[in-house]
Amino acid sequence: MQIVLIGLNHRTAPLELRERVTFSVEDAQRATAELRSQCGMEEVVVLSTCNRSELYGVRRDATEEPGAIQNFLADFHGISREQLNGCLYARRDREAIEHLFRVAAGLDSMLLGEAEILGQVREAYRRASDGGATGPVLNRLFQGAVEVGRRVRSETELGTRPMSAASAGVKLAERIFGDLGTHSALVLGAGEIAQQAVEQLRQRGIKWLWISSRTSEHAMALAGPNGAETIAWEKLPRSLARADILVASVAAEDPVITSEMLTEAMAERDNRSMLLLDLGVPRNIDPAASDLYNLYLYNLDDLTEIVDQNRRLREREIPRAEAIIADQISKFETWRAGRSAIDLVDDLRSRLDARRRRILEAHSAAFAHLNPEDRKHIDQLTAQLIDELLEEPTDRLRHARTWRERVQHMETLRGLFGLDSEEK
Amino acid sequence: MPGHWSYITLVLYLASLGLYVRFLYTGRKQTGRLAALALALGLGSHYLALLERSHWVHSVPYDDLYGSLSLFGWLLAATYLGLELYYKQRSMGAFVLPCVLALFALGTWPGHDLAATRQEQGALFALHVTLSVLAYAAFALAFVLSVVYLLQDRHLRRRHPGRMVWRFPPLDGLERMSRGSVRVGLVSLVVGTAMGIYWQLHIRHTFLLTDPKVLVTLVILVLYAGYLRLSERGVWRGARASLMCVLTFLLVIFSYAVVNLYLSHFHRYL
Repeated sequence: MQIVLIGLNHRTAPLELRERVTFSVEDAQRATAELRSQCGMEEVVVLSTCNRSELYGVRRDATEEPGAIQNFLADFHGISREQLNGCLYARRDREAIEHLFRVAAGLDSMLLGEAEILGQVREAYRRASDGGATGPVLNRLFQGAVEVGRRVRSETELGTRPMSAASAGVKLAERIFGDLGTHSALVLGAGEIAQQAVEQLRQRGIKWLWISSRTSEHAMALAGPNGAETIAWEKLPRSLARADILVASVAAEDPVITSEMLTEAMAERDNRSMLLLDLGVPRNIDPAASDLYNLYLYNLDDLTEIVDQNRRLREREIPRAEAIIADQISKFETWRAGRSAIDLVDDLRSRLDARRRRILEAHSAAFAHLNPEDRKHIDQLTAQLIDELLEEPTDRLRHARTWRERVQHMETLRGLFGLDSEEK
Repeated sequence: MPGHWSYITLVLYLASLGLYVRFLYTGRKQTGRLAALALALGLGSHYLALLERSHWVHSVPYDDLYGSLSLFGWLLAATYLGLELYYKQRSMGAFVLPCVLALFALGTWPGHDLAATRQEQGALFALHVTLSVLAYAAFALAFVLSVVYLLQDRHLRRRHPGRMVWRFPPLDGLERMSRGSVRVGLVSLVVGTAMGIYWQLHIRHTFLLTDPKVLVTLVILVLYAGYLRLSERGVWRGARASLMCVLTFLLVIFSYAVVNLYLSHFHRYL
């Protein structure tokens, strides 16, 4: 029984190739069925995200030709093997287990510690499980991976800190206002950064969201899908007081929000706190506004510095995440060794039983004078003898102190009884 | 000599402090829950320690400064736990527990043996003292919250939020908790003071309006009422109101320590 993994990701393959090797939900179902029928896989899970495509499988015959899955992958996507060469990675058993656990922990992600991958791992497993493509090994493995992801996120700070300027800004807003579900935001501009800010604010449940752009069509295009309202650019000075959070990302030579405008807005707000996120280059908000009472002004440099700090802090959490992974690998290996031990003893028992029957048959003439009841008695006694002979080793295997000790016992059994050679 | 409940309380408060600090550092919910649980158990054990002490000296805890300090610590912990559960904010525990521990330790290990003191003075007097100490505890909590507000505000205004800023409650939350705490304190102090005046007039017939304790208490009431009003409006909202809360608490300490010990005619401890 071997766990295998074949895949490619953002580190090994360029975007153009990754795009060609993705699996839609239907593709994944078809690939799973074909891998089981053509490549001798007993269990299969297909994990496909924008940054990785990975096939996890379990096969009984460890001697299967290793290139078979690579060939399948190439054929399935209509790509030549040469194009895939150097971009694919293959892992087996412990390496495959560790790889999946690192993926679920976010250690293998492009954005270290990102949370989305855990949901994708969970979803890939759920689909495979619903389709009947998983068995005891992958069930246990993927449940372990989900557990790793959950523990890493709750026991370390790997995923707690914002990693983009927009998300850092929104996190800052939460440090000032708490739950954004009772607050309002005004986004100036409709470009890529403004979009990111709108997305972040929506994700954090902002109650009122307004968008204003010099080109009203752009503002409407961004506001519509996000359930936001638009504010005409000319009405901006009068609208400032309504917003608890102001995000500015406009292409302009001079500040579009002056200190005077903000002084008036703060007076109108009765000095309630206001957070300004100036994401424009050159700056969109007069820097002098930072002196106003109860007003917090952050520009792109400030936010980038926070993001850099966070990245360093996340990197410092890697050893803690790796310790969790090691712990979970040990648990999985213990379970797997226990499961293999049961299989091994069953195998040994059936072989000894077959040998016993052969011997009894070979000597059946010697028992011809016995009545059926006596013959049955002899049959039962010899079967019992085998059971008793196996009782001690079975017990020792079951109660091995560590999975390493258990594996050692199993190797000894295999070697002494020639189980591997017969299996081949 | 402190009994075994005092030692159990000390262990539980220390454990709670350790867990709150760990929670502040790691943000793990389970750690926060354990910290709150240790605090709740510590409160129960502290209550038994107060009973044990009363039994030992044949008197109520507030008859001497040390007992009063221990009661102060107990009420501070109880008020904090109540606010923590109400506002669902656990990160302040790391700042409140040191105050609780200090008050408990000062009140429990006075450095000399406690002797039996005077006779009890009735339920009304007991309520007057308990409510007043509860008010001080609530003001102490508002003080801690305001200090953290000022620290958080300073970090955010400097645009270099440190590691802890991400763990502190939001500024709005700190302000609301502080106001909530001051409201509890104000109500307790008004009711407690009214009971004290009534007790003094009708039982002792010796009430003195010009007693320093009465005057300082009135100033404290006015200042905290002012804080409540100003903290929600105009130019005072935010850091200025928090600073006012911090400074007013200094007057509370003056009232509790200096006035009680040296100036008041009828608030002196034995």
